[in-house]
Amino acid sequence: MKRFAQLFATIDQSTKTNAKVAALAAYFQHASDKDRLWTIALFSGRRPKRAVTTTKLREWAAERADIPLWLFEESYSIVGDLAETIALVLPPNTGQDTRTLSEWIAALRDVYTQDEDARKAFVLSAWDQLGGTERFIFNKLITGGFRVGISQKLMTRALARATDKPEAELAHRLMGNWHPDDTTWHALVIAEDASADASRPYPFYLAYGLEDTPHALGDTLDWRAEWKWDGIRGQLILRDGQYFVWSRGEELMTDRFPELARAVDYLPDGTVLDGELLVWPSGHPTPSSFNALQSRIGRKTVPKKLLTEAPVVLHAYDLLEWQGQDMRNTPFADRRTLLENACANLPPAAPVRLSPQLHFTTWDDLAATRTDARAAQAEGLMLKRADSPYLAGRKKGDWWKWKLDPLTIDAVMIYAQSGSGRRANLFTDFTFAVWNGNDLVPFTKAYSGLTDAEFRQITAWVRKNTLERFGPVRKVTPHHVFEIAFEGIQRSPRHKSGVALRFPRMLRWRQDKPLQEANTLADLEELLRIYG
Amino acid sequence: MSKKPVLSFTENGIYCAAGDFYIDPWRPVDRALITHGHSDHARWGMGLYLATHAALPVMRHRLGDITAEGIAYGEVRRIGDANVSFHPAGHVPGSAQIRVEVDGEIWVASGDYKVIDDGLSEAFTPIKCHHFITESTFGLPVFHWADQASVAAEINNWWAGCAATGKTAFLGAYALGKAQRLLTMLDPNIGPILTHTATENTNQVMRDQGISLPDTILANADLRPKDHPGAIVLAPPSALGSAWSKKFGPQETAFASGWMAIRGVRRRRAGDRGFVISDHADWDGLLSVIKQTEAENIYVTHGYTDIFSRYLNINGWNAQVVPTQFEGESLDKGATE
Repeated sequence: MKRFAQLFATIDQSTKTNAKVAALAAYFQHASDKDRLWTIALFSGRRPKRAVTTTKLREWAAERADIPLWLFEESYSIVGDLAETIALVLPPNTGQDTRTLSEWIAALRDVYTQDEDARKAFVLSAWDQLGGTERFIFNKLITGGFRVGISQKLMTRALARATDKPEAELAHRLMGNWHPDDTTWHALVIAEDASADASRPYPFYLAYGLEDTPHALGDTLDWRAEWKWDGIRGQLILRDGQYFVWSRGEELMTDRFPELARAVDYLPDGTVLDGELLVWPSGHPTPSSFNALQSRIGRKTVPKKLLTEAPVVLHAYDLLEWQGQDMRNTPFADRRTLLENACANLPPAAPVRLSPQLHFTTWDDLAATRTDARAAQAEGLMLKRADSPYLAGRKKGDWWKWKLDPLTIDAVMIYAQSGSGRRANLFTDFTFAVWNGNDLVPFTKAYSGLTDAEFRQITAWVRKNTLERFGPVRKVTPHHVFEIAFEGIQRSPRHKSGVALRFPRMLRWRQDKPLQEANTLADLEELLRIYG
Repeated sequence: MSKKPVLSFTENGIYCAAGDFYIDPWRPVDRALITHGHSDHARWGMGLYLATHAALPVMRHRLGDITAEGIAYGEVRRIGDANVSFHPAGHVPGSAQIRVEVDGEIWVASGDYKVIDDGLSEAFTPIKCHHFITESTFGLPVFHWADQASVAAEINNWWAGCAATGKTAFLGAYALGKAQRLLTMLDPNIGPILTHTATENTNQVMRDQGISLPDTILANADLRPKDHPGAIVLAPPSALGSAWSKKFGPQETAFASGWMAIRGVRRRRAGDRGFVISDHADWDGLLSVIKQTEAENIYVTHGYTDIFSRYLNINGWNAQVVPTQFEGESLDKGATE
């Protein structure tokens, strides 16, 4: 595991993309087939079967470190990562590690079938043999979630360098439902005849946000526009008489959306659609808010009642495969024509609908349309170049999202809590309030949006202006006003203020604004009335 | 009849009624006893300062024209009805724990301290007392410091690697204490040691008081980096990535701090490397000191105060959190710290 640990440390320590890719490419060239296959798997979110529950891991770690469990939990909440917390609390290792990455994984697989005593003995002895980064990695093998600064994009770049294969082909090969236990390095990366699993999705093409108005994009005739829906991006695959639904995060969500099964009745085999999953009850002019969709995302199985209350429909905006052919190099306008034809005769009962294109002749027309987005329950607009291929990953130039400006409100910071992980020594989690007469009513928390320098400044201030402590939470002197931005507002009986915000964050620290001029509960209710 | 506590915690800082003085106060008072020269402990505006002879030069350098007296470690001074003495805290050169005895009751205010002997600061000595005031900057069981020699080897390996690939190694550390400790750990055979002005000013103060430090070259505006290939530059964390550092061309940056033990913090600072080294006590250090003082009453002033005092209470001490304005080890202080 030393070699993998070294690779991990190099990637983790470096802030330079080139250095990361070079280290990874070198590893892919020299590591054994099993090790490099597992490396791809781990860096793309796959992991060995969990041999031990995290509850047991915590107990054993606390016991071995000779600390009470509550103290372990407190430490975990500050470090922010279970594998790391365990690695840090344990006493130094006394033994030496000789196994490779894949040997450790095989050992974990073997212990999976054994009883708890054997598992515990295995884990304790691993902790005793492995030090530093290796111990951390061993824990990560069990807990999962190797969040290291390697995106899928960088990994395919490194693989391309190591194997001389095109990046786009590799990106597609790595998609979908494979697991190192069922495949080999050769079959996954090298073999010419990649007879893929029927469920394998295409890499999603992701748009960049438009910073300014689109006038600089040139002739409007070269562009197409659609609503940018506030749902979740999904890829619907119809192959071999089956259907599969993938999220943008490469999660297979088929079972969560059983209503999409009927798509096979309406669309031909060998079709892959890119679109937005939305809750959209039939007969409604607009989709339901994201909240309604949230009730569906969290559930692995869906009760009948929820299926009728919150029916999900895929709003298709692109056609990636047609009659079994990969269409991604066909220009967008032609793909769109095929998509429109395919969807032309869909009855209202079909779980797939065509996401409409918006007509415009000038950019100013389009800007006017954009202001209606909120009424259409959309987040803004998508702009796509008519002749663009369907690329893999986030690429600049052909696709842009032009989102609405967020809603904002000026609020007073009243509580502060220190962060975890990256922000373990800073106050970063704040509670905000608005005025109700002479009272401050808390209505939201926010964690992001300030620069590191601003967080440092506010941290120093919090230390000096703490009024009361409730464990980790500090009540501070009401003094600072922040502009809070958010994407939506909903009534919520669970919140004291009666409202819940969608994606609240700190837009600006209003050091120019006196405390008394922060917004009021009445202002918040007005926003609720207009946008709720 | 309830008797007044020897030390109490007031808006101005830690106060001794029997001697009418404060320890490390954060507001101007007539008489201040100072544990060490870091800016959250030694503040401006006190009528009269008392600190160890070894701490005074840096305090004068930082605070300018102050009225101050020096005291030797272990020397007992009578102030009002209190017997006061200063004892090594091992934190930075000249740093002290302050022992206050009134009518046989002994309190110790330890300021900031570490247990590891860094070879530069006067080594920590535990003082038996009834009431012990402690920090808890790293008061969590995730903080365990490695011995100094192995951290030195890591740093020198990194520096040698930078030198071999034609890069300048930038090491960010506090100007007072940490920087000098690191200086003594560096292997001068690897290359020249350059210093930022803030760091060098403190070096000079310490050299003038007789502390032996390796040779350094001040990296001021006239310095031509090309003349010093394979150099390491010691600078306050805030100077890394600044316009000043840019002129050194290809470089790697590293931070030396106890906070580097946490991967998330390391990544937030976006340096190339993080070395885990602190002038504060780690978890085992804090506990061993508290045991050695034999104190039953513990006052936790800064750091992970709630968690640490809860642990102490469960394990038989009478511990409480007292709010102070001490900051412990911060990654984010400016060039003056």
